[in-house]
Amino acid sequence: MSRLIATRRLVSNIFVPRLATRAFCTDAPAKLNDVPSGSHFNKEPEGDERFMNDVPQHDIAIVGGGMVGMALACSLASMPLTKHLSIAIIDSNPALSNGPLIKKDDPPDPRVSTVTPATISLFKDIGAWEHVEQHRHAYFDKMQVWDYTGFGYTKYNARDADKDVLGCVVENKVLHKSLLSCLQNKDFNSTIYPTRLSSLSLPTRSVSSAGGSVSSTSSKNLANLAKLDLSDGTNLYAKLVVGADGSKSRVRELAGIKTTGWNYSQSAVICTVEHPTENFCAWQRFLPAGPIALLPIGDNFSNIVWTMSPKDASNHKIMNEVDFVKAVNHALDSGYGPRPESRVFGGDVLSSFFRPDVTSSVHERFEPPPKVVRLVSDRMAFPLSLMHANQYASKRMVLIGDAAHTVHPLAGQGVNMGYGDVSSLSNVIADGVAVGSDIGEVTLLKKYEAERKTANIAMMAVLDGFQKAYSVDFGPINILRAAAFNGANVFAPLKRNIISYASGERRLPFLS
Amino acid sequence: MSHRMFLRSLYRLQNLSRSSSNVNPKHAVLAAFQPLLQNRPYANTPQPAASASSVNQTELAKFAAIADSWWDVEGPFKPLHIMNPTRLAFIRSTLCRHFGKDPFSARPFEGLKFVDVGCGGGILSEPLARMGASVTGIDAVEKNIKIARLHADLDPVASSIEYRCTTAENLVEDHMKFDAVIASEVIEHVADPAEFCKSLSALTVSNGATVISTINRSMRAYATAIVAAEYILHWLSKGTHQWSSFLTPEELVLILQRTSISVEEMAGFAYDPLTGQWSLSDDIGVNFIAFGVKNSQ
Repeated sequence: MSRLIATRRLVSNIFVPRLATRAFCTDAPAKLNDVPSGSHFNKEPEGDERFMNDVPQHDIAIVGGGMVGMALACSLASMPLTKHLSIAIIDSNPALSNGPLIKKDDPPDPRVSTVTPATISLFKDIGAWEHVEQHRHAYFDKMQVWDYTGFGYTKYNARDADKDVLGCVVENKVLHKSLLSCLQNKDFNSTIYPTRLSSLSLPTRSVSSAGGSVSSTSSKNLANLAKLDLSDGTNLYAKLVVGADGSKSRVRELAGIKTTGWNYSQSAVICTVEHPTENFCAWQRFLPAGPIALLPIGDNFSNIVWTMSPKDASNHKIMNEVDFVKAVNHALDSGYGPRPESRVFGGDVLSSFFRPDVTSSVHERFEPPPKVVRLVSDRMAFPLSLMHANQYASKRMVLIGDAAHTVHPLAGQGVNMGYGDVSSLSNVIADGVAVGSDIGEVTLLKKYEAERKTANIAMMAVLDGFQKAYSVDFGPINILRAAAFNGANVFAPLKRNIISYASGERRLPFLS
Repeated sequence: MSHRMFLRSLYRLQNLSRSSSNVNPKHAVLAAFQPLLQNRPYANTPQPAASASSVNQTELAKFAAIADSWWDVEGPFKPLHIMNPTRLAFIRSTLCRHFGKDPFSARPFEGLKFVDVGCGGGILSEPLARMGASVTGIDAVEKNIKIARLHADLDPVASSIEYRCTTAENLVEDHMKFDAVIASEVIEHVADPAEFCKSLSALTVSNGATVISTINRSMRAYATAIVAAEYILHWLSKGTHQWSSFLTPEELVLILQRTSISVEEMAGFAYDPLTGQWSLSDDIGVNFIAFGVKNSQ
């Protein structure tokens, strides 16, 4: 049951669990005493992976090899100061060991992410974007946002902020596979443990007492490290444990970090649909129960993210496909309220006042979104909530991605905040290595926390504000929202500000 | 107090120039500074006659009292822990350039021998060892060395550090030489800085590096490092530093010059109270660090 990849170039190893042979062998005791042969199969350890009493030691253990965890591994592999570190990636997802090849003519998976230009540049820096471009991906440079009242609309164009694209929509499995390929192509000391974390012990305070001369040097050494117990019985030690294991993070739970947040009384339904022609624009219409977003995914396909009450979400999940397509078209265009009128800018006093400042997209008329003709994937529904961990870092432990924060999908920012965390943490680790720090030291990790907490909380406040503003159907509030739509459409500095903040160029809104 | 000393030194300088017309002005200035440097509060305490030691017993006692808390990041040594990455950044940058090492390597000092004089609990020695250097840490307080050894054993890389309870002078007597000699936040606690620098220089190989960091004897330093740090913010316990023991950058350069070390770079540490972070700056008004090269003989 132990499969070893025996090429010389491939450095990502599969760690062979010793106990896995128990069920199959008659001479089990002999097998149990074998040193696990997986890890050092084809090369000498480059000095950083040590065996102390047969228990492996790594510099960093990334729990959770999803999009964000793998991005951290790739990022560390791509920097000269950190590429000598020995990394363990703990994830039971079989895609990590022998990922199925993504076939080009598969319909798009409904789980997609909109990556901002900031994330795209992170991927380019770590060398993973070239892999993404080999699979289906869709850049978009236009976005239209309006609501059901028909009072106003906003059209964003990347050219308003002197950019080429507003973002790119990519399937999550493509992002993940690209990161995996990128990591495998690098000469990097990483080991994948295809199992789950069952328990974790972190050292409490730095060991400085004069006593304790009884224990041997090696065990004192180990007492200062984090110990991870995996569900298949193996143990490992690490200087730093990174929790990248999603919103229900086991690392966060084991480290005792509390969270703040609330559930939105909404669920999101996601699926992939097809149009008669290709879609190049991102569309979002705010309905009374929540927004429906239509994102281009490539070819004639688009991805739908439709937020609604949990009851409606389960109804929409099980209704037949024809009815669902009708409901989608109703939600996108024909139902709930009128289409906003296209405003032609010019001719009145106000426009002459603002003429030098207007953006080109002000002149664009309101366009109805493209019609959906067919549903091409399964429908999935999941509940939405806001969550923020009270601390991101403690001794020898740090949280990134959804383990630290989750947000409403209405602005496509969730995973991008996670990639911001990756960028910041890898820079902090590199700075620490540069000055010879112990990478698990709290003072170093708190620098990451200070940098990311401000940015993440600001973004979450903005998104939560939007979510609350749009969940009220009350005359004066509707007018205010319409004014906001029109204002954002007309005032070029505000529009540039919004585009640049949503693209990840700035950490905080409104401060340049 | 400094005004009186300044006047006294000026008087001596004038006397010198009056007495012999062909006196070298540089020597005259140095001679004027001599009494200043010797007129330190504790220089009159009886020293063991055996070797002219720059060890100051009262200062040692101060550190021995709080030795257990060296590695408590929130404890009395918190300011030193926070400042550590900044001084390491200067050391790394100047020494990489001097020895021609790759600044992007994780262990640039591989193969070089460093000595950390007045290492305390090893706060500076451990990162230097992680950067690849073979580090010897020395301190005159036995307790500090014990704590340093205990903490270094927790990390296999740091356990290669050799800690010795001794003084710089004793190492000189043992004819030890190092590629780089680092004495950070030490010289303001020694009895005789000139002797101390002589020892540091003797420990450095020719064309080797000497790095000294200390606090400037300026009014601003009095206000920040003594009044603010000790009495208002309670970062340091009262009496940790004596303002009269501080050296100005000019004095340090002159002392080092007499010992054949020419100071090539100097930088200051600036503290930003809003972010709570230290950074390197050009302002040597309060904390400063100097990098010098031992002249090749």
